[in-house]
Amino acid sequence: MDPSFLVLQSLSGLASASSLFVIASGLTLVFGVTRIVNFAHGSFYMLGAYLAVTLVPRLLDLSYSPWTFFLGVILSAVLVGLVGVAIEVLLLRRIYRVPELFQLLATFGIVLIVQDVVLKVWGPVDIPGPRAPGLRHGVEILGQRFPSYELLLIGVGPLVLGLLWLVMHRTRFGVLVRAATQDREMVGALGVNQARLFTTTLFLGAFLAGLGGALQIPRLPANSHMDLSIITDAFVVTVIGGMGSVTGAFLAALVIGQLQAFGILIFPKVTLVLVFLLMAVVLVVKPWGLLGKPDAAASRTVAPEGILGLRRFRPPERILAGLAVLLVLVVPLIADAYKVKVATEILVFALAAFSLQFLVGVGGLVSFGHAAYFGIGAYAAGLLVTGPFKAPMELALALAPLAGAAGAALFGFFIVRLSGIYLAMLTLAFAQIVYAVCFQWVEVTGGDNGVVGVWPAAWAASRGTYYYVVAAVVLAAIVALRRVIHAPFGYTLRAARDSATRADAIGIDVRTHRWLGFTLAGAAAGLAGGLYAFSKGSIDPTMISIPQSVDFLAMILVGGIQTVMGPLVGAGVFHALKDVFMPLTEFWRLALGATIIAMVLLFPRGIAGATLSLRPRRPAPASVEASA
Amino acid sequence: MTLPILTVEALRASYGLAEVLFGVGLTLNRGEVVALMGRNGAGKSTTLKAIMGLVPASAGVVTFADTPVTGWEPFRIARLGLGYVPEERRIFTDLTVYENLEVGRRQARGERPAWTPEKLFSIFPNLAEMRGRRASAMSGGEQQMLTIARTLMGNPAAVLLDEPSEGLAPVIVEQMAEAVLRMKREGIAVLLSEQNLYFASTVSDRAYVIEKGAIRYEGTTAELEENDEIREAYLTV
Repeated sequence: MDPSFLVLQSLSGLASASSLFVIASGLTLVFGVTRIVNFAHGSFYMLGAYLAVTLVPRLLDLSYSPWTFFLGVILSAVLVGLVGVAIEVLLLRRIYRVPELFQLLATFGIVLIVQDVVLKVWGPVDIPGPRAPGLRHGVEILGQRFPSYELLLIGVGPLVLGLLWLVMHRTRFGVLVRAATQDREMVGALGVNQARLFTTTLFLGAFLAGLGGALQIPRLPANSHMDLSIITDAFVVTVIGGMGSVTGAFLAALVIGQLQAFGILIFPKVTLVLVFLLMAVVLVVKPWGLLGKPDAAASRTVAPEGILGLRRFRPPERILAGLAVLLVLVVPLIADAYKVKVATEILVFALAAFSLQFLVGVGGLVSFGHAAYFGIGAYAAGLLVTGPFKAPMELALALAPLAGAAGAALFGFFIVRLSGIYLAMLTLAFAQIVYAVCFQWVEVTGGDNGVVGVWPAAWAASRGTYYYVVAAVVLAAIVALRRVIHAPFGYTLRAARDSATRADAIGIDVRTHRWLGFTLAGAAAGLAGGLYAFSKGSIDPTMISIPQSVDFLAMILVGGIQTVMGPLVGAGVFHALKDVFMPLTEFWRLALGATIIAMVLLFPRGIAGATLSLRPRRPAPASVEASA
Repeated sequence: MTLPILTVEALRASYGLAEVLFGVGLTLNRGEVVALMGRNGAGKSTTLKAIMGLVPASAGVVTFADTPVTGWEPFRIARLGLGYVPEERRIFTDLTVYENLEVGRRQARGERPAWTPEKLFSIFPNLAEMRGRRASAMSGGEQQMLTIARTLMGNPAAVLLDEPSEGLAPVIVEQMAEAVLRMKREGIAVLLSEQNLYFASTVSDRAYVIEKGAIRYEGTTAELEENDEIREAYLTV
């Protein structure tokens, strides 16, 4: 290969690394101080780009110079910083002490709201930005032209790193931020008002995200998908670098920039996979990232959120469960074809949500990528019946849970080595790998369009018959999983959830048990995915996307994270509401986001949890060690 | 004449459902050093944390500088002039010695001169030599000095000192005692929790003995040293 080509490729890798670092530095700063992994960071980036494509052309009309261009960029970033302040004061301040799963969900609620706001204000069409005056042309490097704006971007990353270093080491604010990153309670006990520190940090973090977005406008038109595409990259950078470490983020961005620049030459189809693979490898070797500290992940005092006070059904609940089963069985007799389809989907989602609750509520493993195993099951079943094998439905449905289990066993091997927020990030990364494979491997998976013609066997072709197939399989799977929860294996998982070290000390192999639990949940999700594929008649990558994973989490949140059967209620309520309201409003995402935030703030125990608290409760075990 | 700067009445606190304090009551007068003695698990640390607002009080009243502060956030209590030195030291190990002091810095109240890093280095000469060094590279005793110096940078009128002598070499314990007496000379009231009666009697005027989350004895340290019965019952291991 031509050396000058390699140099240019490496330079463009540096330019993307620079942009990525600017965004990720804000994310890692905010995490360091607030311990919140802010999904809305991608929304800040998107807002920065939209504001810049709006403001910069107007400023350039007034005076066409590089100065006005960059003034517009900075102005956009400042405005985004103020949005960050508003979000800190209105929402984040209220959720600093809730379990991290709820924090992730609440900030994802902001993502949904911002998406609809952006669509309403700027419309669905991509908006190209102006090019920077004076930087419109290329520079000759080793006989090849290289865009001068890219060269400028290469300089921005180190510049931001340098400025951040000065702020962190030469100002009182910076010293307080670094102290709070280590021990925010102690900083408070020394008389520092944390609320103000947090608000300022959010301003800085959102400013950096907005700056990153605004700087992209000459390279990338502002569009409504920017938020989720950047947030996974930014997560990966902060996780590889070590959460809370700005320098680590810089190193990680450099590595990823080069990996992408050269990876695209060698494996053009799998660049996304390469990045996530790098993350998996780094986390296995250094579980807290390149420059991260273990205490950043461990210093939480929030009690593990999950199923407490497990017990068997009492007589009233037996009657309730019997009635529920009866209701499930009579649906096709009283409902029209469309409602039967919705009911089928509810059953499928109920199983998927139940398997997720098994992970989260019993195992304490907060999976942010449960759609991966659902999707693997769906794709396995769909590809088996449509592909060269032309397998029968029965075989496909039998293999779907095995495929889900195999995927979960493979990923779970890495995942169970981590804990807390790193674990959640790794589940997300693995889900994105699966998504990337299904999206990019067009020959086999049909890419974005997916595969159609995934229909049930002839005997189960009618809606009603297929409904009963689903009902029978789902009920059997739920009963089986419930038995596992009540078996010693389930007790062991809960022991490990409440205190991994104490479980370890009494001779429990925590890692292996978690791995088995993860695999079992993957099998159940895969089964649900297989059933879903035949109910929809097609497969496509949205089944594996982040929003699908969030839907599952929202279902267990709605149902109540401390209850065993809550996810079933949650799946029913959530999917029914979605089905009723989605066609009625163009602001479905806004409504969903607002609902998720409201749930986290007002009813963190969900519907089933709320009814549970009406009954007299047995005292829950104290979860924090007394020290004197 | 003695004026209380800190009074605690019927203070209760719990971790989850595990109750730890069952109505603790005590008084700290201005410029006085008082020891809170008791065995491991008696509730010493929790009492200090509950006073500071780090553990929520479920009942009772804490009054500091004539202001009821029960239920306040720790930073507001600290700003009123109450310093807190935790048992685990909780030094910011990523920061330098100087930066650790900076985190604690607050404006002085009243006419008393403000603490400066230089003045603190004169009390803790070891710290002066390593002002630019990362706190992670310090010994336990040096960290203990830094944690006290850091709190003094807030110019407190009173300090809660949690087990200052724990786990330290005898020569360092001597220096700790010196530091406490110096604080007393500067007019700072100190409430320290302690298991070591020798240390307590060296530095403090009065002592409370706590057991199972309630005060069992109150008196001068001299009286406590004489009282074998109380010592046997609540202090010896």
